[in-house]
Amino acid sequence: MSVFTISALELIIARRNMWVATSVILMGLFTAVLTLAGGAPTGTLSVDPLTIATTSITTLSVYLIPLIGLLLSFDAIAGEAERGTLALNLTYPVSRIEILIGKFLAHLAVLAFAIGVGLGLAALLTIWQYGPADLSFTPLVKLFFTSLALGAAFLGIGYLVSCLVRQTGAASGIVIIIWLVCVVLYDLGLLGALVADDGGSFTKTIFPWLLVANPADAFRLINTPVASVSVLASGIGAAGGASGLAGQLTSLLIWPVITLFLAWLAIRRIEL
Amino acid sequence: MTALMIDNVYKHYGALKTVCGVNLKVQAGERVALLGHNGAGKTTLIRMILGLTPISSGSIKVLGTVPGSRLARQSIGFLPESVAFHGALSGREQLRHFARLKSITPRMADDLLDRVGLSDAADRKIRTYSKGMRQRIGLAQAVLGKPKLALLDEPTSGLDPISRHEFYDIVRDLANAGTAVLLSSHALTELETRTDRIAIMSKGKLVANANLEQLRQNARLPINVKVTTTPDHADRVAHELGGTRVNGQSISLTCLQNEKVAVLGQITAFGEVIKDVDVTPSSLEQLYRHYSVDNQEGM
Ligand SMILES: Nc1ncnc2c1ncn2[C@@H]1O[C@H](COP(=O)(O)OP(=O)(O)OP(=O)(O)O)[C@@H](O)[C@H]1O
Ligand SMILES: [Mg+2]
Repeated sequence: MSVFTISALELIIARRNMWVATSVILMGLFTAVLTLAGGAPTGTLSVDPLTIATTSITTLSVYLIPLIGLLLSFDAIAGEAERGTLALNLTYPVSRIEILIGKFLAHLAVLAFAIGVGLGLAALLTIWQYGPADLSFTPLVKLFFTSLALGAAFLGIGYLVSCLVRQTGAASGIVIIIWLVCVVLYDLGLLGALVADDGGSFTKTIFPWLLVANPADAFRLINTPVASVSVLASGIGAAGGASGLAGQLTSLLIWPVITLFLAWLAIRRIEL
Repeated sequence: MTALMIDNVYKHYGALKTVCGVNLKVQAGERVALLGHNGAGKTTLIRMILGLTPISSGSIKVLGTVPGSRLARQSIGFLPESVAFHGALSGREQLRHFARLKSITPRMADDLLDRVGLSDAADRKIRTYSKGMRQRIGLAQAVLGKPKLALLDEPTSGLDPISRHEFYDIVRDLANAGTAVLLSSHALTELETRTDRIAIMSKGKLVANANLEQLRQNARLPINVKVTTTPDHADRVAHELGGTRVNGQSISLTCLQNEKVAVLGQITAFGEVIKDVDVTPSSLEQLYRHYSVDNQEGM
């Protein structure tokens, strides 16, 4: 019961969080633009229009979903520790794990809402453009759940940082760095390594696993059809083959579990 | 019934001893004031009672159970010495949240908002509240659902004089309904008539724990006597009583508790010359100074 009480309060707070509202609006806006732009130039298409839309939405989500997840979570524990409400809450009949789970459920709901709005918009616009007759919605459903998993992983990371540093200011800085590393620098590093290796053993053996180890990349791989063009085209193709869907799914599912578990360990160790 | 039992409790942070061998009991319906200089260990003691800080040695029983147990937390109300609530929430939302955590109907939270004088501001965001208004949200959550034990750490800080009165009314009603109240404060004058017992901590030790009368007796502080005479006789009376002239017609002198009646007899013997006599027992302020500061010389 306490879990839902905490979730309810957290939902109110998230609703009034300017940053979260902005990113959700951005998400909706961009998906709409990408969906409309995706079908426009070719006119008659051999590829399913929804597939094109999901591909471009995936590229966008890789940046936005982790950002929303981190924005929701970095203040969750640190803010309360700073204000003194964490200690106060713990004098009520609530446990630390309940606080963590309550916040997580609320934030996951916010993420589901943001993703749902974006993808719903994409679906509606596609139907409006092409009619519902021969569209396959499977990629959209897949995109929804994998986005949620990706978001959950970054929620967990945010809580972990929040528990460890216990200061909102520091937490926000660290979280932005983590975001940069995961969605930009990690790929750049891998790309550099690929170029240096020039098709050697690293490219074939270690690289695919390093790529899929990053939840953002695993997410990208799952939702990007092998045929479509991409920055890391050759590398991704090879990696997709080597790690496979199972590897990608495992990465996407295991990250939320690990980070939330670590966050739970961290919140238990906070001395008030 | 003993709501709170503190038995020979110690707390140290490394080599720093912050609470040393404190024994204290608070019965249901009793109001106990916890006094002491900055850093005396009041907050540390309260946090140990709540189970927020581990006890180094000794034991604390809250309603018969260990600190921090579900039962203890269900029946405790706590006001931290400094707390800030999330600015994006309204007072009502915040208080209803606390009510739900204690499985109390939201209606009671609304009633309490009235009681602490926040009914008009209840639906405004807490970020727009004044310091005192925020303190009242804290107070309201601490007395939510009539706790069996209320721990209030400097509850009146930031409150205006009228609000302080209203606060002590709330405390009195709580105590009358059977709540054991332990409150720490630096505002000594307001405590004199509004608590049943006074506990003074100094450097982690409990140096006094009794009601005001007993404290006065044990301290053996001099009683202040102020005599007003007709202008012409002030000098003579002052000389014979051994007091000092304060202004034209007042004389101030001190005596011990056991000399009081004799001195009063001496004064009345002057007859017509005396216009008024004021006898003031030592104030809590003087007692506090006696127990807290003067006691330290022997330590
Ligand atoms: N987490 C901590 N680590 C180390 N020392 C601490 C810690 N918390 C409190 N102390 C020390 O314990 C002592 C007592 O502090 P406490 O907060 O209990 O004082 P207090 O009586 O509440 O004072 P005040 O009237 O200023 O609120 C202080 O010397 C303080 O520095
Ligand atoms: Mg204190």
